[in-house]
Amino acid sequence: MPDLPRRQFDSLIIGAGGGGLRAALQLSNAEASVAVVSKVFPTRSHTVAAQGGMNAALANVLPDNWHWHMFDTVKGSDYLGDQDAIEYMCRAAPQAVYELEHFGVPFSRMDNGTIYQRPFGGQSQNFGGDQAARTCAAADRTGHAILHSLYQQNIRAKTHFFDEYFAVDLLKDQQGYVLGALAFDIHNGEPVVIEAKTTLLATGGAGQIFRTTTNALINTGDGMSMALRAGVPLQDMEFFQFHPTGIAGRGMLITEGARGEGGYLINADGERMMERYAPKAKDLASRDVVSRAIATEVREGRGCGPNKDHVMLKLDHLGEDVIQKRLPGIRQTCITFLGIDPAETPIPIFPTAHYTMGGIPTNRHGQVVVPVKDTPEEPVPGLYAAGECACVSVHGANRLGGNSLLDIVVFGRAAANHIIEYLADNRYHRRLDAGSLESALQRVQRWDSKPTGDGESIAVLRDELKAVMENHCSVFRNEDVLTEGVAKVEQLVERFKYARIDDSSAVFNTARVEALELENLFGVALATIHSAHARKESRGAHSRIDYTERDDMNWMRHSLYSLETGMDYKPVRTKPISVESFPPKARVY
Amino acid sequence: MKFSVYRYNPEVDKKPYMQEYELREIQPGLMLLGALLQIKDTIDETLSFRRSCGEGVCGSDGMNINGINGLACITPVAGLKQPVQIRPLPGLPVVRDLIVDMEQFYQNYRDVKPYLIVDDPMPEVELPQTPEQRDRLDGLYECILCACCSTQCPSFWWNPDKYLGPAALLQASRFIEDSRDQATEDRLAALEGPFKLFRCHSIMNCVQVCPKGLNPTKAINDIKKKMVKRAL
Repeated sequence: MPDLPRRQFDSLIIGAGGGGLRAALQLSNAEASVAVVSKVFPTRSHTVAAQGGMNAALANVLPDNWHWHMFDTVKGSDYLGDQDAIEYMCRAAPQAVYELEHFGVPFSRMDNGTIYQRPFGGQSQNFGGDQAARTCAAADRTGHAILHSLYQQNIRAKTHFFDEYFAVDLLKDQQGYVLGALAFDIHNGEPVVIEAKTTLLATGGAGQIFRTTTNALINTGDGMSMALRAGVPLQDMEFFQFHPTGIAGRGMLITEGARGEGGYLINADGERMMERYAPKAKDLASRDVVSRAIATEVREGRGCGPNKDHVMLKLDHLGEDVIQKRLPGIRQTCITFLGIDPAETPIPIFPTAHYTMGGIPTNRHGQVVVPVKDTPEEPVPGLYAAGECACVSVHGANRLGGNSLLDIVVFGRAAANHIIEYLADNRYHRRLDAGSLESALQRVQRWDSKPTGDGESIAVLRDELKAVMENHCSVFRNEDVLTEGVAKVEQLVERFKYARIDDSSAVFNTARVEALELENLFGVALATIHSAHARKESRGAHSRIDYTERDDMNWMRHSLYSLETGMDYKPVRTKPISVESFPPKARVY
Repeated sequence: MKFSVYRYNPEVDKKPYMQEYELREIQPGLMLLGALLQIKDTIDETLSFRRSCGEGVCGSDGMNINGINGLACITPVAGLKQPVQIRPLPGLPVVRDLIVDMEQFYQNYRDVKPYLIVDDPMPEVELPQTPEQRDRLDGLYECILCACCSTQCPSFWWNPDKYLGPAALLQASRFIEDSRDQATEDRLAALEGPFKLFRCHSIMNCVQVCPKGLNPTKAINDIKKKMVKRAL
């Protein structure tokens, strides 16, 4: 076995966003030794960009309870969410928010000193009744407030951070136990083996497979692809959320909170268009519904601007005070990137790639689960996943706004709690398998040598991939476009084998990092477009113009894509923990 | 459009140098980060810099642009004097090109105990805070740790290991001002002495460059006032 520096910890966490940091804090507080590996300094993680807030039935503004929250989430998921996990999350939500508040999160406040909550899309009182106000907010910087507070608490708890280390691959033994990961220090290129009794993947989403995205450049699906390479299938990857209100053509996110505070969409005729698509919820219908409405308006010629390629989000009627108090961040974003003040001028918006509903399959304890013979969900010993990289699945076919920050905190914590139990039963490190280390090392070393030959550059291949995904796997999909898309992605994967980089330096080699990231993007893109191609129905964010209806008889099941065997399926967990199941119904807002 | 970029790779370069790049086509609304990415993608893959969110919230791409620190991702190239001089943040060791070693900056941040300290048992629900009390955190909690302020501060350049710098002191103020925090006395005591806080001479470079429009000098002065009050 190669002689590499080794570090040993009880638990390894890959990713330092909200999910990873919440788990790390729980583990550090339980006096487990924890290593957090992150390719960026923790507060640069993409949780920082979450704006609108985090759902919990606190009932600070309007009547609410967790069961209504559960109903909305199941309905929002278009009945693909697993109801045990959804019940667990919605019940845990208030406590999760209070804990964050105790950690120091500067939530906005009500006059009586409780946490401020705003209405968000897909929320209702009393199982589909009046609009609820369930989203706990720190102005429109909730993700920033949560991420910084969690990092700060980890400083207090003395969590061990490997900042700007890139995790390459999971390490296993012959019995299939996951025993840590190979990483390298981006500063000097030195590889290190991090041995751990448990490994939690918390690497976030993969919006960078699309050209126009709200996602940061670091959102390259690293953990998802690590799982794929370790033989774990990815679940429900065809369900990619397009956020209705990205700045048109640019992709910057304008929070759903803008509509929660009273903003609404207008088309070229100045019509409040959502009244036609969702008579009751209007602009606060689910995200998939609003995104399809916008795309339809544009397709039917009612788009705004010289190219009729977007619609407008109107906020000016809210008044400058509300905008400055509740939406200061997006106001600044509009001023910076568009040169317009939303307190005076409507914002040009268009649906923009935003959130990976699918991911690494887990149960509600965060354990990664795979089909083994007749068992659809057998835990992989030592391996956990939480947050956007995971698929529990609480979001099913469509995530509700405000449920993502909730997901990362609830399941980061749940995974840590299960890890603590696992550590009690597995006291000693197991021996690594040389083979899994060799293949991981080869993936990095491929980029070490001086460039030779005339392979294509990473940038060219990446741009092409993003364009293919945008053109072939967007809001509306059909058989021909997807078939062509699958072929194109596979051709790109083939071309990537001969790609080259022109930087062989050991010192902060970002070209090498980008090459490894592109390899990860390919894994995610393959899973996404294959799963989309295979699913012959419309459900949630997956809209097929050739199969326009939801087909519960044949398709109320989770997709699983693996590199070795392609598509497989498993049932939805429709049985909650303690309450009656919500059976599938027609979904109207 | 012409750019002149600081280059240094310790593996091969004896000393730093400036390298010229030119981009022929500039899209309207292009930010400096977009220009740097274009250079990296189409001209020179070895040009190294940090970046992530591209919209001014993650704080990765602080750099010195025509002599003034800022975030590349929210700095429009239109209106920048050419050739645009791009250098790493001053006052911290350069790792490579535009990437600086930020450990000292983070160390100072950790030194102020940047976390809420509550000694009493926590309630089952949220700690109460009025909107007015919460308003006192506005202008403090939004910091993104980009280091633009501290690395534009002469007091920090001279004594980075003794003077905490505007970013860390802003964080100190964020917790001193928080009505929920119960360690105010300890926090103020920890800032005693001639260096940690009092090396601030209100030069106000920090205010001028903060990409989030925050005012560390005011935060520092507020702490100073509290220290004086405490001494009386």
